[in-house]
Amino acid sequence: MYKIVDKKFFSENVVMLEVEAPLIAKARKPGNFVIVRTGEQGERIPLTIASADEKKGTITLVAQRVGVSSTKLTDLNIGDEVTDLVGPLGKATEIKKYGTVICAGGGVGVAPLLPIVEGMKKAGNKVIVVLAARNKDLIILEEQMRAFADEVIIMTDDGSAGKKGLVTNGVEEVILREKVDLCVTIGPAIMMKFVSLLTKKYELPTMASLNTIMVDGTGMCGACRVTVGGKTKFVCVDGPEFDAHQVDFDEMMMRLGAYKEQEKADMYKIGK
Amino acid sequence: MALEDRSEAWRDALRKSISGKERTDTPRVKMNELDAKVRARNYEEVNQGLTEEQARKEASRCMDCPNPTCMEGCPVGINIPGFIKNIERGEHLEAAKVLRKTSALPAVCGRVCPQEKQCESQCFYKLKLKKEPVAIGYLERFAADYERESGKMATPETAAKNGIKVAAVGSGPAGLSFAGDMAKAGYDVTVFEALHEIGGVLKYGIPGFRLPNRIVDVEIENLKKMGVKFQKNTIVGKTISTKDLESEGFKGIFVASGAGLPRFMNIKGENLIGIMSSNEYLTRVNLMDANNADSDTPVLKGKNVAVVGGGNTAMDSVRTALRLGAERAMLVYRRSEAEMPARLEEIHHAKEEGVEFMTLHNPLEYIGDEKGRVTTMRLQKMELGEPDASGRRSPVAIEGGIIDVPVDVVIVSIGVSPNPIVPSSVEGLEVSAKGTIVVNDKLQSNIPTLFAGGDIVRGGATVILAMGDGRKAAAEMHQYLCSK
Repeated sequence: MYKIVDKKFFSENVVMLEVEAPLIAKARKPGNFVIVRTGEQGERIPLTIASADEKKGTITLVAQRVGVSSTKLTDLNIGDEVTDLVGPLGKATEIKKYGTVICAGGGVGVAPLLPIVEGMKKAGNKVIVVLAARNKDLIILEEQMRAFADEVIIMTDDGSAGKKGLVTNGVEEVILREKVDLCVTIGPAIMMKFVSLLTKKYELPTMASLNTIMVDGTGMCGACRVTVGGKTKFVCVDGPEFDAHQVDFDEMMMRLGAYKEQEKADMYKIGK
Repeated sequence: MALEDRSEAWRDALRKSISGKERTDTPRVKMNELDAKVRARNYEEVNQGLTEEQARKEASRCMDCPNPTCMEGCPVGINIPGFIKNIERGEHLEAAKVLRKTSALPAVCGRVCPQEKQCESQCFYKLKLKKEPVAIGYLERFAADYERESGKMATPETAAKNGIKVAAVGSGPAGLSFAGDMAKAGYDVTVFEALHEIGGVLKYGIPGFRLPNRIVDVEIENLKKMGVKFQKNTIVGKTISTKDLESEGFKGIFVASGAGLPRFMNIKGENLIGIMSSNEYLTRVNLMDANNADSDTPVLKGKNVAVVGGGNTAMDSVRTALRLGAERAMLVYRRSEAEMPARLEEIHHAKEEGVEFMTLHNPLEYIGDEKGRVTTMRLQKMELGEPDASGRRSPVAIEGGIIDVPVDVVIVSIGVSPNPIVPSSVEGLEVSAKGTIVVNDKLQSNIPTLFAGGDIVRGGATVILAMGDGRKAAAEMHQYLCSK
């Protein structure tokens, strides 16, 4: 069913998989995600959609090898099948003309940012992309971003590519330089938290796409709940994008650690 | 029909074979159960079913009433004396055939229906003799199990194929029962399921110690033999729209997408680690097999587990907690035991297994440690006041009655809201303020080709009511499509 037709290593631990899923390829919109399961005893994990090819009937997923489930998925090769794949889930990004949009991404969050960058550009926005990583080797999708973005700013912790500094340094540079109307940020929770704190200071409206623990992904289990503006929301059906300034990132990070001990204990399954 | 016709010679002879007094003097059979201490630590089915001898004796209690009131209590209209008398005469496969005429899932209903509120509540014994009713549920289960284990399971006859495509959205009890009846009527039926397993709540919700998955799978196989197609990993409203279905030639759609969003109490600390919905807890254990070391899905196993709620799902959760090794499994309910909506059998089984009932207690807030894990549940003691809108006496807080209870896992089981995906994705579909799909008495929505039933219409009900809706929607959609 869900055959892998292409696989690339973006870096040692970041893998791109192009998977046959014609219905999802047709229905997906920027911001949507899928639930993936690998193996008959596999866990259901959410992954955002990086791109889709409706004619080929494929979607592209980017996953970071961190635990058992992401390793099992990214161990699959071209010709193998993903056991289960369901989507597109979540609400789509509100793509429209805002003016100038900063898209700030880190880690594998850069992948789901790509269709948003494309959409925002096509909607007539000036799009400035800020990509951040620890070093040069971990910067992904730079070329693809350049195809749509008006400008791409690269930030690395060690200065091995672009400028030395954090994602927030790059974002702040743009805010100080010109009038910005919207910021979209996707990446590790800690990164989004600091982008959000920064843009709040400048009163720049900011959307963050959250990646929480999920089981069914259709609003049934509530594992993904986060506090937004003091209210409990479900990332899978109310999100995944929220007004970043309203998100309780500290609670979200705490909840992401719910199964840390079990996850550690399970690493033997992938020979670690 | 010979199988269920009361005037058949065999049936008449059977009635005369035992005196009425002898029938009514026979005590109701007791279900064979696994020992409470043993079963509370494993996942084996608690109820072991009746032996053939027990079943025939129990069947002989049935008076074969000329106007069987029990049938009025059955949402799917099973010919109850019709199947029971076949058991009494020893024709158990025939009994199963009678069941299959109106129920797509007899082995399931025999296990999970609240019979005491339905057929058995309307039994002659109960109404007229003030005695314990005939154990209709046990007998239903016996006939269905006998048939399955005999290897001679009959696939119900289907009418000649009419080539008309219809869809069910959701493969839970409503969708399966709709699919069965439409297949019987000759339709080309496809059932779309969002999850990676067929069966809906029967798989992710109801635990194996009450309803083993293999029982559900046999019923699904039977539907496949009748020509029903199943498409997993497909969310109608997301993966494909109802418009896509129409353009693929589907003439009618039955939405049975079930209950969605779990409700929480919105109290302080409820998002701490260790607090989750019963949907999440049961899905991890039942659907994802999280208690098995080979499963990649984790589940939090607490020593002190509290389940909040008083329904069947709460009972399933608290009994699951015991089986996952809880030292203390508590049920926290704000009313008294008399108001609990759970089946009597579940309450009884939970108590036998050692569940601590903390009735007339209501959570106020949760307190956690530095890592955000819940450690304490603060409870308000309650007392019963005046009856509320539901007719049950409403709980009122006792001033100053606050206690702290140590907990490491809390399961919130206080109900669900309807799944928003289909209602929000169909343009022009009439939806209530609560998010349920609005239907007329024919289960038809304001879009004439779209019917709906089960929890997406009721907001939260039982397996058998959902099945009843599936049957009714099938009959009504058939009528509608024929009249077009």
